Amino acid sequence: MTLWEKLRPYGMVAPAILVFSVFFIYPIFYMIYLSMFDWNFISPTKNFVGLQNFVDLFKDPDFMQVLKNSLVYMLLTVSLTIGISLLFAVWLNRTGVFYGFVQGAIFSPHIISLVSISLLWSWLMDPEYGLLNWAIGLFGFEKLPWLSHPSTSLISLVIVAVWKGIGFNTLVFIAGLQSIPKDIYEAANLDQSRPWKTFARLTFPMLSPTVFFLVIINMISSFQVFETIAIMTQGGPVNSTNTLVYYIYDYGFRFFKIGYASAAGVVLLVIVGLLTLLYFKLLSNRIHYR
Amino acid sequence: MMAKIELKNIGKKFKDEEVIKNLNLTIEDGSFTVLVGPSGCGKSTTLRMIAGLDKQTSGDILIGGRSVNHIAPGLRDVAMVFQNYALYPTMTVRENIEFGLKNRKVPKQERDTLIHDISEIVGLTSYLNKKPQMLSGGQRQRVALARAMVKQPKVFILDEPLSNLDAKLRNQMRTELIQLHRRLGTTFVYVTHDQVEAMSMGDVIVVMNQGVIQQAASPAKLYGDPENLFTAQFIGTPAMNILNFSEVQGLHIPAAERIGYLGFRPEHVLMKQDLHREGFTLDGEIVTRESLGAETIYQIKSKAGVFFVKTFLEPMEMNSQIKVTIPYEQLYYFAPDGQRIRGIEAREKSLSFVGGK
Repeated sequence: MTLWEKLRPYGMVAPAILVFSVFFIYPIFYMIYLSMFDWNFISPTKNFVGLQNFVDLFKDPDFMQVLKNSLVYMLLTVSLTIGISLLFAVWLNRTGVFYGFVQGAIFSPHIISLVSISLLWSWLMDPEYGLLNWAIGLFGFEKLPWLSHPSTSLISLVIVAVWKGIGFNTLVFIAGLQSIPKDIYEAANLDQSRPWKTFARLTFPMLSPTVFFLVIINMISSFQVFETIAIMTQGGPVNSTNTLVYYIYDYGFRFFKIGYASAAGVVLLVIVGLLTLLYFKLLSNRIHYR
Repeated sequence: MMAKIELKNIGKKFKDEEVIKNLNLTIEDGSFTVLVGPSGCGKSTTLRMIAGLDKQTSGDILIGGRSVNHIAPGLRDVAMVFQNYALYPTMTVRENIEFGLKNRKVPKQERDTLIHDISEIVGLTSYLNKKPQMLSGGQRQRVALARAMVKQPKVFILDEPLSNLDAKLRNQMRTELIQLHRRLGTTFVYVTHDQVEAMSMGDVIVVMNQGVIQQAASPAKLYGDPENLFTAQFIGTPAMNILNFSEVQGLHIPAAERIGYLGFRPEHVLMKQDLHREGFTLDGEIVTRESLGAETIYQIKSKAGVFFVKTFLEPMEMNSQIKVTIPYEQLYYFAPDGQRIRGIEAREKSLSFVGGK
């Protein structure tokens, strides 16, 4: 083998490796490096503080609240999005003008910018003049404070995320449903399987790769939530909607405590990494792949 | 347990397209009936209507004398084997076989006995805990059969069950299915597009084309006594030779104006001149020769048209110009609309010459 033949494959992958290194690998390591310094972005000197940033982070009750918020937000958003989308998908998985229209309608939030959505929902959820409070008033319920009270603020953000997410998730579920051969349902029909049993024993297990895929991408995107919080609540009231990414942004780009923000970033990295690992471990054995 | 299936004036439309037109058919109890025809002829649709997976637009379906028009597929006492097996990929072989029994609330003990017996019969005992995707095509086919058999239905419905198997396995499964039918004695309704499969398996063969039954008869009758041009050309390999009667010369036939086409089977053509056999003779040129071992198939070009000849255990004919004879009793006559015309006797050619000149 000549030298050229040995080197050629490396030459071929070099551009991809380069881009990957500069934009993905380097920032991760630079973040880990920065997390051990006290630095304000401008000062020419960085003070090495070891793991002090992490100690401070876990002593900060606000950060504990942020972790809890992120987790609750993630669990609610993912479970509600997946659950509702699956229901929609099973309902909409048929032909007809009406079903096509509903599919299009629930997909439309997906293509609207999050900033517009945030502004729209801020208005809808306005405690005094909002459409939502007017609507529930018609049914004789008491007005809800929505974004303006810690008891309802986080769930309000979850509602927005679910509303935006179900269109896309439903579409992916419908694609998954349509990849299941029709004759399997006919066989089940001849085997006198009741609809619920058919769903539990056949449809859902055969959709599990789709469910797995959607859970992963929804988890990741819900940990990345930023725009709605920045526009609708700025983490408030009383820190009730402050989540990891917004917390990192607050410390990094408003208080210019880069080291501290990087430490929080490392925590985010570890959490997402662990969740992904756990997911692969737990579900890989039980997933049906055809 | 009578399981005669009667289809009465069945019509089926998909949107505006009529796929089955006024179909009447009785499938006798315990018979092995094969529906055969080119793709799109409505054979699968007919089968699916018997199973209840498609609903007929008009007409009645009776199984064992009972109308099943409004009975759900699962309650018709039919079991179906699908072309792509339609096994449940989420379940093991055992669960696949057991699913229908569980849904019918068959007690555990009885289920176990049934599964044990059936998996013996089809030879699946050592695969019971595997998932279908781990099995070969032939094994999957057996699981599909076992799943159907375990329900002990009145009627077995098989929709091209062998089309996904390779040729060797297909022949083997064909034999096994015939034996299975003898053993169970239940009504089998079988759909295929392969006329060889149909001929080798069926007691009764129903030839369909464009949603209309062309002929329903035993294999021997279909071969020897076809009702029309379609059946004549569908059964047999190579198909029956059909010549346009207006281009045929040298046949003296009464009432010849009624005849549109002349047919004869490739295997009935005599290549050797045999003075003792009287028949219709044709001069032609051999275009191709295909040797299949015991058989040889020739394509011959004559003035009346191109036709095929099949010989059996004879040395290959090397001359390119040839004169062949078809015995008069092996000639078939068809009207211009394709209907068979029976009771025509051709006369000696020499007589026709005398009469003609």
